[in-house]
Amino acid sequence: MTQYSGQPDDSTVKYQPGDTVAVRVDNPGGHFRTPRYIQGQTGRVHKLCGIFPNPESLAYGGDGQPAQPLYRVEFSQSQVWSEYAGPSSDKIYVDIYQHWLEPATAVA
Amino acid sequence: MTRLNTSSNGHGDHDHEDHPGMAHDEELGYYALRARAMEALLVEKGVCSPTEIQNMVDRVEARSPADGARVVAHAWADPEYKALLLSDPEAALAQLGYSLPETTPKLDVVENTENVHNLVVCTLCSCYPRALLGRPPDWYKSFSYRSRAVIDPRGVMREFGLDVPAEVEVRVLDSTADLRYLVLPRRPEGTEGMSEDQLAELVTRDSMIGVTEVRAPESARAG
Repeated sequence: MTQYSGQPDDSTVKYQPGDTVAVRVDNPGGHFRTPRYIQGQTGRVHKLCGIFPNPESLAYGGDGQPAQPLYRVEFSQSQVWSEYAGPSSDKIYVDIYQHWLEPATAVA
Repeated sequence: MTRLNTSSNGHGDHDHEDHPGMAHDEELGYYALRARAMEALLVEKGVCSPTEIQNMVDRVEARSPADGARVVAHAWADPEYKALLLSDPEAALAQLGYSLPETTPKLDVVENTENVHNLVVCTLCSCYPRALLGRPPDWYKSFSYRSRAVIDPRGVMREFGLDVPAEVEVRVLDSTADLRYLVLPRRPEGTEGMSEDQLAELVTRDSMIGVTEVRAPESARAG
């Protein structure tokens, strides 16, 4: 079983809609579902999508436990892409498992 | 291992065995061969049976954008149904006879309004609401769409003929995980007198991905 940093301890829901969160920068090796372009970005929890078996464990025949809360996180497009061509109100939503998130303070 | 030599030939229900002289015709490309090998291994290791694989293939092949269009048209015609579709998509689909199998990823429905336009992509692979819409179009799986839809969604939509006004917020949804998205497009003006079946005819696959909007028929636009 592949070991990776940021391995989750439990399935407790830690974040609420509206919370500001940062996406960890990591390269666990093997299968993970947090796109590179969103790593290191700060966003806002839009909603809790549910609690799902951890895909990083499932991909290697594991049981996916502890299951992870999955959040839809909202990011500002112009913050994610420095040369974003559209209006500053445009958003990107990415579904991210809890063990990839850290508490953060809101960006100005 | 029997499936390697029987019905699954990559051409749908067209069976090479039916044509004299083609029984040993091997035209499989790299990916088709790889899929066959993986399928054979899954069966050999007892992960799933050939019947289960075929059932899943049949299930996906049985769905098409017409199924999604039916759901969208019903939501346009019935506000209560629309509210249910947005809050509990699985219950709403079940009402129209679409029961999603347990193994299917959860479906979420996002509504386009006069202020918000949603666009769906899967940057990691090709996640798509197959249980309702069937297989995704080839362009949806292309590297070009998958990268550009997040970086320049408005430019991509313009190439599909849709110019979203600057005052409308564009929301890109990257389906990276356990959810699949269906866009509920806006009902076009001039369709007030149309029946649900007529409305469903207007709803395209692309409008349920969000790269286009639903357009009223020429007759309704002329006025």
